[in-house]
Amino acid sequence: MSAHIEADTIRPTRSWKISENTRDRLISVASPILLLLVWEIAARTGLIDTRFFPAPSSIFETLVTLSSTGELWQHTAASLQRLFIGFLVGGIPALILGIIMGLSRPVRAVFDPLISATYPIPKSSILPLALLIFGLGEGSKIFMVAIGVFFPVAINATAGVREINKIYLDVGRNFKASRWDTFRTIALPGALPVIMTGIKLGVGMGLVLIAIAEMMGAKSGLGYMIWAAWETFSVEQMYVGLFVIAIIGFVLTLVLNEIEKRLVPWKR
Amino acid sequence: MNQALAKKATARDDIATESRERPAIRIKGLSKRFGSFTAVDNVTIDIARGEFFMIVGPSGCGKTTLLRILAGLEAPTDGSIDVNVEAGSQRPVNSMVFQGDSIFPWMTVWDNAAYGLKMRRASQAQIKEVVGHYLDRTGLLKFADAYPHQLSGGMKQRVSIARAFANDPEILLMDEPFSALDAQNKLLLQEELLRIWDENKKTVLFITHDVDEAVKLGDRIMVMTAQPGRVKTVVPVSLARPRDVLELQQNPEFGKLVHQIWSSLRDEVQRARELDEAKGVRK
Repeated sequence: MSAHIEADTIRPTRSWKISENTRDRLISVASPILLLLVWEIAARTGLIDTRFFPAPSSIFETLVTLSSTGELWQHTAASLQRLFIGFLVGGIPALILGIIMGLSRPVRAVFDPLISATYPIPKSSILPLALLIFGLGEGSKIFMVAIGVFFPVAINATAGVREINKIYLDVGRNFKASRWDTFRTIALPGALPVIMTGIKLGVGMGLVLIAIAEMMGAKSGLGYMIWAAWETFSVEQMYVGLFVIAIIGFVLTLVLNEIEKRLVPWKR
Repeated sequence: MNQALAKKATARDDIATESRERPAIRIKGLSKRFGSFTAVDNVTIDIARGEFFMIVGPSGCGKTTLLRILAGLEAPTDGSIDVNVEAGSQRPVNSMVFQGDSIFPWMTVWDNAAYGLKMRRASQAQIKEVVGHYLDRTGLLKFADAYPHQLSGGMKQRVSIARAFANDPEILLMDEPFSALDAQNKLLLQEELLRIWDENKKTVLFITHDVDEAVKLGDRIMVMTAQPGRVKTVVPVSLARPRDVLELQQNPEFGKLVHQIWSSLRDEVQRARELDEAKGVRK
């Protein structure tokens, strides 16, 4: 009888318990919603200046309008396309050069000082030069993204290869792996975890640079949309642009994490 | 047809002789110096075909350097190595089982074991048959799709052994393959190694600092001196095969041999320690 009572008293307390993971997930969903709520209330009650911080509801309204006219999608597509092409144009040579630099000391001796010297230059400050060389069209935008992607990918690929335990290269030599086999079966997969970190950094940098590049002499893209909104003092539209860029960054991070999981199944 | 290997030569694949009486490996006056430091000094030894040849010595006696030269990973400063290969043989000259973790973390057990064959562009059918056989022999078949991080230290070393055997080389080089394992695992792997080796009796060069291991596995044991590494003595092991590594420990002959090797090794270990301590003081 006493055992029965005990079981009854324990059960309700147990059902209240949620795992720490669930709790943390709930909190991280709730916190941005709470922020938006506070922002909305503050805007409506006049606590903050709606000329600078318009209410989330009015930003959302603008977002609906801009997307229904197709304007938003056109700008988003333009930015994404430049980002994608720039990523390939900058990332692929960076990957190849970075891995070869990691494998070969002479190649490293040639390129290391060049990369070290040019890396600290703020990429945004190259924009006028890019405009001069590539003109106002797509070329300058793609170039800016490519530059942003190039450095972190190249630097991480080199570091990734150099961090590979020497014993794996010895195994390759002992089993008569050709240069291409060494690249393909040892250097690339061995460096991949570090390369993925470089790619994530590069994509983030590319996103920053595409927004800046589109503010100068572009006729489309999210950066252009934000800049145009500033000129017409359409603050809501400016926020819509910022919001969409944030979403792109967020989604790209998720996508890259998923790609990493598939490409690097041996890392837990 | 026995071509002497010029110093600094690394490709030995093209050396072919049909002579069966000739030693499988003929090492002549082999030396390796790193700057002013002599790691291996004038090592001369013949190793017979199918022989399980053990090298013991104190740490830093150059035994690993010797093996790395044989594996083509280092070039000798002086001397030569001849490896006799049967005429027309397509087999690789040597495959090495490395000390410590050497299997690729980014490949499954299967792909690791198949690595040598893949690098040789073997046919899919051959890879399937040979790799399947050696994974079965090492008890790894049901872990074929596992990644190394899912395996224990003993299992990883089994993969490394399967990888070397599957490559079907003329000679197997083993660089303290069991030194990182606990005593039980070591015993199991020694047993397995002998069992697999009994199948085709490849020529094996096996480095160890474990005297028991040397006597259990070897046909002959070469004791090396400490810095520089020279041949001190070569002791034949007359224990009958196939051997049971557990039963051996009760064999009086086994005890006698262990004692004999140890006595020969003791001075060298002592000298190596003094050299190390002198180095430590200098630091």
